[in-house]
Amino acid sequence: MRRQRDVDNLRTRVVLNRTRAIFGVTGALVLVGALLFRPSARADAPRLPTDSGEVLEHLPPRDPGERQRGELRKALSSRPDDLQSAVWLARLDIEASRKRADPRYLGQAQAALAPWWDSPSPPEQVLVLRATIRQSLHDFNGALADLDRVLVQAPGDVQAWITRSVVLTVRGRYAEAKASCEPVERLAASIVFSICDGSVDALVGHASAAADRIERSVRTATSPELREWGLSTLAEIEGRLGRNDDAARLFEQALALDRDDAYALAAYADLLLDEGRPAEAARAVAGRTDNDNLLLRLVLAETASGDSKARDHADLLAARYGASRLRGDTVHRREESRFVLGVKHDAPAALDLARANWDVQREPWDLRVFLEAALAAKKPATAAPALAFLDENHLEDPAIRALAQRLRATR
Amino acid sequence: MRGRRLTRRVLALLFAAAAMLFALPALAHKPSDSYLTLETLGTHVDGRWDIALRDLDNAIDLDPDGDGAVTWGELSARATEVTSTALGHLALAADGAPCPITTRGLRVASHSDGTYAVIDFDAACPAAARALTVTYTLFFDIDPQHRGIVRIDDGAGTRTAIFGPRERQQIFERTELRRMHQLGAAIRLGIEHIFRGIDHLCFLVALLLPSVLVRRGHSGWEPVPHLRPALIDVLKIVTAFTLAHSITLTLSALEVLRLPSRLVESGIAASVVVAALNNVYPLLAEDRWAAAFALGLLHGFGFSATLMDLGLPRQNLALTLFGFNVGVEIGQMCVVAAFVPLAYVARRTWFYRRVGLVGGSLAIAGVAGLWLVERAFAVTLL
Repeated sequence: MRRQRDVDNLRTRVVLNRTRAIFGVTGALVLVGALLFRPSARADAPRLPTDSGEVLEHLPPRDPGERQRGELRKALSSRPDDLQSAVWLARLDIEASRKRADPRYLGQAQAALAPWWDSPSPPEQVLVLRATIRQSLHDFNGALADLDRVLVQAPGDVQAWITRSVVLTVRGRYAEAKASCEPVERLAASIVFSICDGSVDALVGHASAAADRIERSVRTATSPELREWGLSTLAEIEGRLGRNDDAARLFEQALALDRDDAYALAAYADLLLDEGRPAEAARAVAGRTDNDNLLLRLVLAETASGDSKARDHADLLAARYGASRLRGDTVHRREESRFVLGVKHDAPAALDLARANWDVQREPWDLRVFLEAALAAKKPATAAPALAFLDENHLEDPAIRALAQRLRATR
Repeated sequence: MRGRRLTRRVLALLFAAAAMLFALPALAHKPSDSYLTLETLGTHVDGRWDIALRDLDNAIDLDPDGDGAVTWGELSARATEVTSTALGHLALAADGAPCPITTRGLRVASHSDGTYAVIDFDAACPAAARALTVTYTLFFDIDPQHRGIVRIDDGAGTRTAIFGPRERQQIFERTELRRMHQLGAAIRLGIEHIFRGIDHLCFLVALLLPSVLVRRGHSGWEPVPHLRPALIDVLKIVTAFTLAHSITLTLSALEVLRLPSRLVESGIAASVVVAALNNVYPLLAEDRWAAAFALGLLHGFGFSATLMDLGLPRQNLALTLFGFNVGVEIGQMCVVAAFVPLAYVARRTWFYRRVGLVGGSLAIAGVAGLWLVERAFAVTLL
């Protein structure tokens, strides 16, 4: 009996000592860990460079276009209400913004058009430019209103018809988008019409026929620009038909014609990511971290392949989205939803972004991020409007179809 | 977006001859923003203004040698023009009376989209303002999409405002800071945190479950004979926990120490598992107050994350921290007051020792184990 108590006491003491040891070690680890992870200096902490030769920033190249724009701007500063110069400059600015995917030039175009920008009835040329800028800023309703006014005044304006079709497609108003391509058949080359019309058809259950039509017209394409345009359009339609090998081949052909086409690059990287080829996706978009959309693909690819650079790139992208939110922009919600879900694993936040985005734009990827986020957040009911849209329009995309099926099964 | 490209390509083809290349570009780059921080203290305003070198170069040429690169030499040579261009587009006024601005110097900072010039400046207002008027007009003439992101910190609170061509002037009323109000808010926050943070509650319950029992032998328990030893046990545990989390909470709120939140959250979950399992198999023996202390260090980091998310006012930081700790303490005392009497009454029953202690502990350990997996591997299980 006494022996038993001694044994118990001994055991208790051993346990006690072990406990103290465990807690000593735990406490020490917490402190050491905390010291190791001391808050690092803020990324945007100011500093005073010491070397006058230190390069702080690389400016965009000063090509002849840049010079021309500089001269026009100077001329315009003395006569700001010179409509022709202003329109000319705005077009060059918009072209520069397209080439460099940089919205600063759009702002400059808007500045050139300042005397007419807020006018109740701007000249037709200004209206088309304003619509272009507005839709770039995702003011789709403003852009459509401008285009409708232009087309009342000038029903032969091909550009306005096509832009209108594009904006309506982004909004998911396919019947109107298709109708807006009709006049193009009379007004422009047949390839232009077949792509305008085929792009809409491909989203409403006629993708295969649309692909055939576009493929035929690509064969007749004479300029490399036209070819590249046709090839990448086709590549995306093939991808949405689940014909991934064909799609990859077409993207590669298109990119061989224009390495800098950021849109085609992003779509190609998405295809590779879906195919489970993250290393190739990362290679495709490498060196383009200045472009948020390509940086997103890089982060997704590096995350999928466990690349050690993923974290730094994710931090950079998060900082960009943060900056965009600070200024009140909402143009990146689709991409940010993918980022938040795929990298941050925050399904509820991704769903909020995807749902808000869905109210504004309804392209296949808008649908896909919405369904993916709803599934991950286990809130299938939230995606009901997207599912209804899918039923109504017969989009064929197998990835989206599979997501929809899983969502319906969990309801 | 496919379609938008379609348009521009078509237009490029249609109008190439006339050089009327059109575009419907995707906004894949960060637009032009500047970041202005104003910290007001009495009549003095301490300013920091970050402006992208890209934007400054548009307004005043920063690359005279035309090599496409802006060096520190080129920027510092034009420091006067940089600061006068910027400050010429900013006006501050206290209750309507202008606050003259003087530059302190020019530095640089890296932002997510490139290097920015940092203009440090002071503004001296004639009187401590009840309302600060900020007029911001930088770059609106050359880029109406430019935005000024202004953060105003008057010591009691921080506000952010966006300036654009349509919002060039905004007025910021001083945050009226009442100390008692601030203390009250911090206490309320601390109490709420205990009741909303189920993990802290589980941890506490796991530590309190055996407080009305004494360990006998290896895994046996006996009820405590009186309330006194039970209360002393509880007091030791709760005090140790409070002391520990106050230490780490304060250190991390003062930015002396910080742990990655994933590590902290995982550690908290792990601590709940350990505390609960200890009731079933003695890992920690009678030294539960030591456990409460060691693990309390971790929980303190968790508390500080909550406070940080809310943006602590710099003014009276100590008051806020004190209030928050008091709140956490009150929250814990409520748990103790509800739990201990019931446990004491039930302590002699088979039910308490088997179902309450063992079953409850195992349940807590199980749930916390799931949290641990969720938090450590960033997956969703519950």
